[in-house]
Formats: sequence, C-alpha cells, structure tokens
Amino acid sequence: MKNRRWIGYAVFVFVAAWLLAGSVGLQEYYVGIFPKYFCYAIVGVGIALAWGRGGMLVLGQGVYFGLGAYTMGMYLTLSDLEPGKIPDFMSTNGRSTLPLLWKPFAHAWFAIPAIVIIPMVIAGVIGLLLFRQRVRGPYFAIISQALAAAFVIVLTAQPAFTGGSSGLSNFSAFPVVETGQLREVYIGVAVALLLAFLLGRQLVRSRFGRLLVAIRDAEDRVRFLGYDPALFKTLTFMVAAGLAGVGGALYVLVVGSVTPSLLGVVPSIALLIGVAVGGRASLIGAAAGSVAVAYASSTLSDWSPSSWTYLQGALFIIVMVFAPKGLAGLISSGRDGLAARRSKAPAPVPAPADVAEVGV
Amino acid sequence: VANLINPLVIGVSIGAILLLVALGLTFTFGQMGVINMAHGEFIMAGAYTAYVLSDLFGRMAIFVALPVAFLVTGLMGLILEVTLIRHFYGRPLDTLLLTWGVSLILQQLARDLFGAPGVQVDVPGWLQGQLTVGGVVVEWVRVFDVLLVAGCVTAIWFYLQRTRQGRRMRAVMQNRELAGVSGIAASRVDQRTFFIGSGLAGIAGVALAPLGAIVSTLGQSYIVDAFLVVIAGGLGQLRGAVFAALALGLLNSFVQVWTDASIAKVVVFVVVIAFLQFRPQGLFVLRTRSLT
Repeated sequence: MKNRRWIGYAVFVFVAAWLLAGSVGLQEYYVGIFPKYFCYAIVGVGIALAWGRGGMLVLGQGVYFGLGAYTMGMYLTLSDLEPGKIPDFMSTNGRSTLPLLWKPFAHAWFAIPAIVIIPMVIAGVIGLLLFRQRVRGPYFAIISQALAAAFVIVLTAQPAFTGGSSGLSNFSAFPVVETGQLREVYIGVAVALLLAFLLGRQLVRSRFGRLLVAIRDAEDRVRFLGYDPALFKTLTFMVAAGLAGVGGALYVLVVGSVTPSLLGVVPSIALLIGVAVGGRASLIGAAAGSVAVAYASSTLSDWSPSSWTYLQGALFIIVMVFAPKGLAGLISSGRDGLAARRSKAPAPVPAPADVAEVGV
Repeated sequence: VANLINPLVIGVSIGAILLLVALGLTFTFGQMGVINMAHGEFIMAGAYTAYVLSDLFGRMAIFVALPVAFLVTGLMGLILEVTLIRHFYGRPLDTLLLTWGVSLILQQLARDLFGAPGVQVDVPGWLQGQLTVGGVVVEWVRVFDVLLVAGCVTAIWFYLQRTRQGRRMRAVMQNRELAGVSGIAASRVDQRTFFIGSGLAGIAGVALAPLGAIVSTLGQSYIVDAFLVVIAGGLGQLRGAVFAALALGLLNSFVQVWTDASIAKVVVFVVVIAFLQFRPQGLFVLRTRSLT
C-alpha cells in the first residue's frame, strides 16, 4: 500500500510539471483554449467529491458555477465604471441607479472572497434543509436540478439586474486575449486546478473522506454509529459548490463573459459527463475526464454539432452500462486483477450489499 | 371577482397540464423508482405523433392521435426498459444519467427528422375559440386538457384499484420479494408498468401539441416541474400527484398575478423545499416499516 501512495505522489508531480511546463512548450492555440477546460475540471473535482465519494448526484452545479461567475462578472463590470455611472444594460432596461445588491461587489475585498463564500452559503442552506430531512438519492438530484432551472429563469427574466440572456461581458480590465497574457492565464488556472485537486485529495485521504464513503455506502449504519450524516454531506456539498464557484469566476477571467445559457439544466448535466467518463470516485480521473470531454466537445461540435450530441448521449449510456466507475475504475480494477493473478491469491470477496440501501 | 377567478382558472389549467405530464412519472418513478429523464422526450414524441397524424386525419386527428401516441411512446418505453433500464434496478442515480443520454439522442433524432425549427399542429375548428362564463374567458383547448386529464386519472384509478393487473402492480411496488413469492412475475409487471407510464407521456404530448410550437426540447421544459410534482405528492401516489399538481399550478398562477412568471418559478421551488421540511416523503406516504 505504501508503495502505491509513493506512485501517487510521483504521478501528481509529473502531471503538475507537465501542466505548468506545458505553457512553455505548448502551441499558442492550445495555451489559449485549455484554461477554459481547466475551469470545468475544477468544477469536476468538486463533483467527484460530492457524487463519487459522497453519493450525492449534484445535477445543478451550474448554479454555483454561475454564482461564482456572476460575482466575478459584477466586480469586473463595476471596476470598469466611472464613479456614479451605471452599466449600460441597466440604463437600457430602465434603471437609473445601481441596485443595492450590486453595491458591495465594487470592492475587491468583498467580491473576491464572495466567489467562494456565496456558493458555499447557498449550498449550505439548501444542503442542511434537505439532508436534515433525509432527502437523498434521486430526490436530492431532482431538487438540485430544479434549482438550476429556476436560477436560469430568474437570471434571464431580470435583465435590469443581471444583463438578461446576454449576461455580463465586455470587461476592459481583463482583455486577456488581446494583450497576449495567454500564458499567464494558463499558468494561473492550472495552479488553481492543482490546488483544487490537492484540497480534494486531502479531504479524501482524511478521516472525513472515509466517513463520506461510509455515508455513501450505508448512510443508516453511519447514523447508528453516532455520526450525523446530514452535517458531513452538507459540508461536502459546500466544498463542491465552492469549487464550482472558483471554476466559474476563473471562467469569466478566461473567456471574458458569462451568460445564463452556460448554467441551466443541460450545461449542469454536461459538467457530469466528463466526471463520469474519467471516473467519478477518482479525483484525477474526474479532472482529466472533464478536460478531455470538454476538449472533445468543442472540437467535435465545431466539426458537426449533431454528431457530438449523438456521441454525448452514447457516452452517457456506454459509461453507465459498461464502466460505471469510469476509466479510472477500469484501470484500478485491471491493476487489482493483475496483482491478484501475480500473487496467485484469490481476488478479494466483494462486501455484501447493504440491505438498508437497496430500497433507496 | 373576476380578478380572483381568472388566476383560478389558469391555475387549474396549468395544474392539469402538470398532472398530465406527471401521471406517467407516477408509474415509472413512483411505482418503480426509475428516474426516466427520457420521459420528456416521450412527451415530445407524442406531440410529433399528433403533428404527423394531423395531416392525415384532419378534424378528428386528435382522437386518432391519443391512442396512437399512447402505443408509440409506450413501445418506446418498453424497448428502453427491456434493453437498458432492466439492468439498472437499485441504481437510481445511474439510471438518471443513462436515460439522460437516451434523451439527448432522441432530441437530436427529432431535430434531424423534423428539423430544428418548431412545427405547429392546427387546432381543429371545434377546439378553437373561447368559452365565456360570467366574464371569465377560457380557451376550449384548456377545457379539453382538463377533461382529458380527468379522464386519464379516472382510468388509472380504475386500473390500479379495480383490475387484477393493477393489483399486481401495487403488490410489486409495495413489496417486490413478497409479490414474487406469491407467484407474480415481477419483471413482466415492470414491463407493463413502464409501457403504461411511457404511454401516458404520449397522451400528454398530444395534449401539449396545440398549445404552442413543437420543438425537440418540448418535453425537457416540463419534465423538471413534473418531477417536483411527483416528489411533493408522494411517490407512486395518484391522489398525491393530483393534489400537488393542482396546488403548484394554482400557486404559479396566483404568484404571477402579483409578480411575474420568473418569480413564480422561484416561489414554487421554495415552497416545495419548505414543504419537504414538514413532509419529507411528500403529501401522501405509503406506510412501510423500512428505514427510508
């Protein structure tokens, strides 16, 4: 076991070095497009924690991604303004003063922490309300999805507050693409991804992480042992939301705009497919899968949008039927099988399914 | 008075449509615990069935479309159950993503077959126009939908409570093993449940067809609300779904009177979450001694 942990570190250092050095050796084109996918990967690490480790299928991560993105967008919009002016979309939609809700976002000391804090607080409230009442499994999934639907409707229907369906864009503070700061952006986002990964890894390795897996596999048993599953699930959900917020805020810096069309029911589920392909229970699988699927998505849908939709649908089906644990699951079960054959020991007997969980 | 009655009428009509969409889900989700995200696409398929048949049959097309759509989407559901979902019982979250994949494919298929722009079903002459009672105006189409859903609910109630097949279905839902031991072929019952549930989506699709343009994402716009109805009503509870759909429909229309449609959506969401604080299992609960 110790051996394997050592390998893990080596892989991590290699990937980290590759990610960062990539900015030097990589072609300009890739340096330009990959930071966007890294943002999805940050969200993916959060999804892997909540879904893969905690068993909470988060179908509405677009909400927290959006909260982070709009926080960043509001800050950038306000920092472009001369004092006393209001953004153009507000005046064209009939407002003459800055809404009270917007005011604090002019200050970096408020806006930057808010990227993480706002999604976490909202996720905390929703998580406590639902998990306390033992709303779980598919119920939780559907309610988180309904929240994504409602969120987008509100964003779109209140153009004087949010910019409506065209969202927030045209920030002069970060003309990233024009000024050729591509490599700086690349390194910044890659470092953020590595930090997110380290945070997730630390959580997974800790007692907290073990408890989380225990809750996923047999929530009632954990309750009988005296723990409060609702609390741990809520905390995990909050971490996932915070990571989604960071991903969203960085996305705005990289892409330079945010619109509600990125955040609804469909994009929220699209965030899951990368995690599912890479391996929901493996952080590195989730991150790599998110990047790979996002890259494949943009490449293929440029080439032929309809074939990408078919392929995406087929991916969901194939992964769920043949490899529910994703590529990482395939690799690790292959490795276990190989090790078992080499030592000529019988493969470990799988633990019996928990009776209490079958009916969920 | 008209100020109060108008939202009441609209609320009942919204509730009827919600219920129509949710009825199929009380079978597949409620009775079987399968979250079928492709249910919305079955609704879309039902609407396109109505569109195809309306050219062929003219005035009375809707009466042909109802049974045909029921069969078409029922068969789609049956195929889905036999090929994929059957292997996924006990893994509800995986089923959700699996059927999401199916729904993506069905949507794209619809776009390739019928084109991306929406198509229209002509409302037959006898359904056009409005009914005016004491200053309250109701479109005939909406009256038709309310009658249709009332008919469906009655038929389902009769089927579940008064027929042998319905009794078996309830038995499998309440205790699968015990039902199996008593000689009920549970997998056969599953297939039948899925057929009926999916078929009801087709009927909902026919009912939705005259209300607006038919597009490939038609079902998706209703499906989230419909799942909320089933959750709020209580799993597999027909009367729960009826009450929850009516309540959410009325809430929607009355909140819209004071504010606007977007706020109404949020209010509905908040009310459902608040409601689950008091009744986490929904309005009506099947009493069992299991843990969950």
